[in-house]
Amino acid sequence: MSSPPPSSDRGASARRVPLTTADIESALHDGLDAVLSSRRTPTDAAERIAVLDRPAQDFVLHWVSVIARTSPELAFQFAAAAGAALRVLDAQAAERWIVGAMDAYDRDGLHAGGTAVADWQAFTGHHTDTAVSFESAAQVLRLFVQGLSGRPMAVEPAARAWTDTECIYLPPLLARYATTQENFLLYKGTAALLWAQSRYGTYNADLAAAVAPFDDPARALALLNALETVRLEACIARALPGLAADIEALSRDDLHDPRVSRLREPSASVHDSIALTHELYADPPLFESLYPSVLDPEGAAAARAARIAREKSAFQAALARMLEARTEAGEPAPAFTLEARSTDENAPAQHSALRLDESPVETPAEMARLMASIRQDLGDIPEDYLVPSGAGAAASAEAAEDPGDLAEPARIYDEWDYQRRHYRRNWCHVREHEVEPGEAEFVTSTVRKYAGRIAQLKRTFELMRVEERVLKRQADGDGLDFDALVDAYADMKQGAEVPSLVFTRRQRAERDLAVMFMIDMSGSTKGWINDAEREALVMLCEALEALGDRYAIYGFSGVTRKHCQVFRVKGFDEPYGDEVRGRIAGIEPQDYTRMGAAIRHLTALLGAVDARTRLLITLSDGRPDDFSDNYRGEYGIEDTRRALVEAHRAGVKPFCITIDREAHDYLPRMYGAARWALVDDVAKLPVKVAEIYARLTL
Amino acid sequence: MNTNIASLRARVLQPEARLIEEEPFFQPLGDEITLFEAAYASRLPVLLKGPTGCGKTRFVEHMAWRLKRPLITVSCHDDLTASDLVGRYLITNQETVWVDGPLARAVRAGAICYLDEVVEARKDTTVVIHPLADERRILPMEKRGELLQAPPEFMLVLSYNPGYQNVMKELKQSTRQRFIAIEFAYPDAALEMKIVIAESAIDAEHAEKLVRLAHMTRNLKGSGLDEGASTRLLVHAAKLMRLGVAPRTACRGAIAQALTDDEDMLRAVNELASSLF
Repeated sequence: MSSPPPSSDRGASARRVPLTTADIESALHDGLDAVLSSRRTPTDAAERIAVLDRPAQDFVLHWVSVIARTSPELAFQFAAAAGAALRVLDAQAAERWIVGAMDAYDRDGLHAGGTAVADWQAFTGHHTDTAVSFESAAQVLRLFVQGLSGRPMAVEPAARAWTDTECIYLPPLLARYATTQENFLLYKGTAALLWAQSRYGTYNADLAAAVAPFDDPARALALLNALETVRLEACIARALPGLAADIEALSRDDLHDPRVSRLREPSASVHDSIALTHELYADPPLFESLYPSVLDPEGAAAARAARIAREKSAFQAALARMLEARTEAGEPAPAFTLEARSTDENAPAQHSALRLDESPVETPAEMARLMASIRQDLGDIPEDYLVPSGAGAAASAEAAEDPGDLAEPARIYDEWDYQRRHYRRNWCHVREHEVEPGEAEFVTSTVRKYAGRIAQLKRTFELMRVEERVLKRQADGDGLDFDALVDAYADMKQGAEVPSLVFTRRQRAERDLAVMFMIDMSGSTKGWINDAEREALVMLCEALEALGDRYAIYGFSGVTRKHCQVFRVKGFDEPYGDEVRGRIAGIEPQDYTRMGAAIRHLTALLGAVDARTRLLITLSDGRPDDFSDNYRGEYGIEDTRRALVEAHRAGVKPFCITIDREAHDYLPRMYGAARWALVDDVAKLPVKVAEIYARLTL
Repeated sequence: MNTNIASLRARVLQPEARLIEEEPFFQPLGDEITLFEAAYASRLPVLLKGPTGCGKTRFVEHMAWRLKRPLITVSCHDDLTASDLVGRYLITNQETVWVDGPLARAVRAGAICYLDEVVEARKDTTVVIHPLADERRILPMEKRGELLQAPPEFMLVLSYNPGYQNVMKELKQSTRQRFIAIEFAYPDAALEMKIVIAESAIDAEHAEKLVRLAHMTRNLKGSGLDEGASTRLLVHAAKLMRLGVAPRTACRGAIAQALTDDEDMLRAVNELASSLF
């Protein structure tokens, strides 16, 4: 495939003269200076890029500069590979390649990013237009795997397809077939095969030890993988016959060697596959696997061992808790035993197989899941598991189960990178804090200062509160409309048509509205802006109490993506009392304004509230800004804009009240023309905010 | 077409006069029949709890047949008021005429009154439910200034779905503590298969796969699905299949689309279905 021009302004740039090696080298020098040395020059890379046409060259140089902002080293590696890659890849495939590599870098660091850059040939499938990317299939595959029986498994992207029995790793792109349906089916089939490796115990034998005696362990492992695939395909055919039929239509070249047919018996296990590996190693059957998956004995063994240990202590701790609930102190502790269970591989999780002193005991759902997971690893619950742990051990096992408790739990959000035109996955860590209460005196003095305005606002807001209304002249209802009745009687006497609309009906026109106020707590609000913000909140709360709308107030700030912070001033369910008043007084300027993450978090909170109308009102003093990642400027504006678009899609209506006189330069881009208001006199902010709110929700 | 129009008309029945003649199929999961009969004998009202489509309504029909009482069912909605239940004045000719609501009719006839999904109804309905549900067993008819004393044969049955995620729609303690509660859950796999076969006359192989699909969707509850596929949906899909609809099409129409509008979730449920059929 030749290289079609990747840039969009194809016509104009195609006529332009290609850059020379020297031009490119100097451009690369500018961008990659930090990682160059006298022994490490961009000359080779520039030579390879020089043979491309001009649009492709521009494309490469653009991405070099974009990647260099994230990692100059990764950009250098990209530049080195770009010349060769762009001669083969079209623009779409190249972009998927680059974005995939940057995602890998964000996720797993430079080594992973470099590996992904080097692996550009994975994107050279002949069907790039019908390729299916992991991102596009991920959500469906996650739900699909969750629907299958057995231990819940995560689904994540990785360079190769494999499973560690906890997580299914799938490649970033599949482009083998001419239709998207077939490529998706390959994803689905691969996910099901890897699920089956966990469900039907591929790793229940020590595979590393099994292939170690062979002169070429890697070859033996590949053979074992093929044999296991035969066995698991048969398992899948029994559990998921529809999928098996689809896959068969896809591949058509089954392993028909009669020597492997015994693996298709329902009783076959991984041990049969290992035994057969020994038999067939010298004369292996011809096989060409459909699936892009590999076995990784070390990776899986580590995850499996950790899980077995974790579940053993969790199981014993759970037994101890069950005993504690049953026995009086001083009594001899009864012993747990296990009932025989059915061996049907497709049977749903077995309940109540546990017995206490020979009588069945009820197993809680959590316990049943644990037992099902243990059985999936070990076949059955081993005898030594049935000894309940001591009280101290129970507590420690519980703590070990949930290491997240040690640190404050962070919610993790994606962030939009406008240069990549893709999300940076799991990029921002948002933590929620409570505002330290300040002097309550602040609130009382504000109420006194604005007493007249507050009374006025309250009256306005009370008028907005629509009470029950009586609808007249209804076809049916809970009372009679006597005016209508008299009219109807008169009409009837005159011989006219008798109207039937003679009922009254009470209707409650409720303001079904929830509003979230998002307060800028960045360092730039220090001083009188902060005072004005706090006064505005006091007046707003006083007025809103009269109106009865549900509202919450959160501040936001943070330093870098790992430390985005959201401060709770008032939750939706909290009453406006002394605690909330204290917290309003305690609002203090903090650090930067990484707005996107805060909007995403507060949108999620707002989404959990049941209301017909949901409003997210931001009180801001300037542009989005953060200390790192070039968040200041266009990046931050575009991410914020993206977060607001997401909010809109989630049924949240955003609005912004700002005091920044330059707001018209960037707020329309973020909020649209009509969804923001400028209060150019900070002193008026306290009064204006409530007024704007009244206008907004009337 | 020379079909007689009259023969197309639905039969008109007075609800309080209608007795269920044929035994409605009901597969007991536990001792719910005993419990219900004892509650009836003791003149206690019953609250049926459980997810949608697990057989609550069918159970009430079955019990009405068993106890040989007429059954009056009211599906509650958020506009349902107390006067919708008790009755109201209507105008015919030159006078206003009182017309009983379904609850009043049930009380008069000594029927079983079944208020389905009662949390959906407006709050003022509790005013009429409470005095009926305790030992007074009276229905206040405020507009007529009368009290209706329920005969021993009358019984009040409510249903509600505790898994429904809505803070606004929870049953108040003062209401729920007047009732004998019977909990319904999805039947286990073997029993559910039996029910699907009995309801749709489908073969065992398809029924078994449908039940497996139901379990898969129930695994997804909470990750985008509010509820997994109910037994009712399985019966619907089975009926379509029985008429020759391709299984994947039947599952898409009767199960996936009925469960969700979310694009990814739809695809996921369809992928699960196509993995089985």
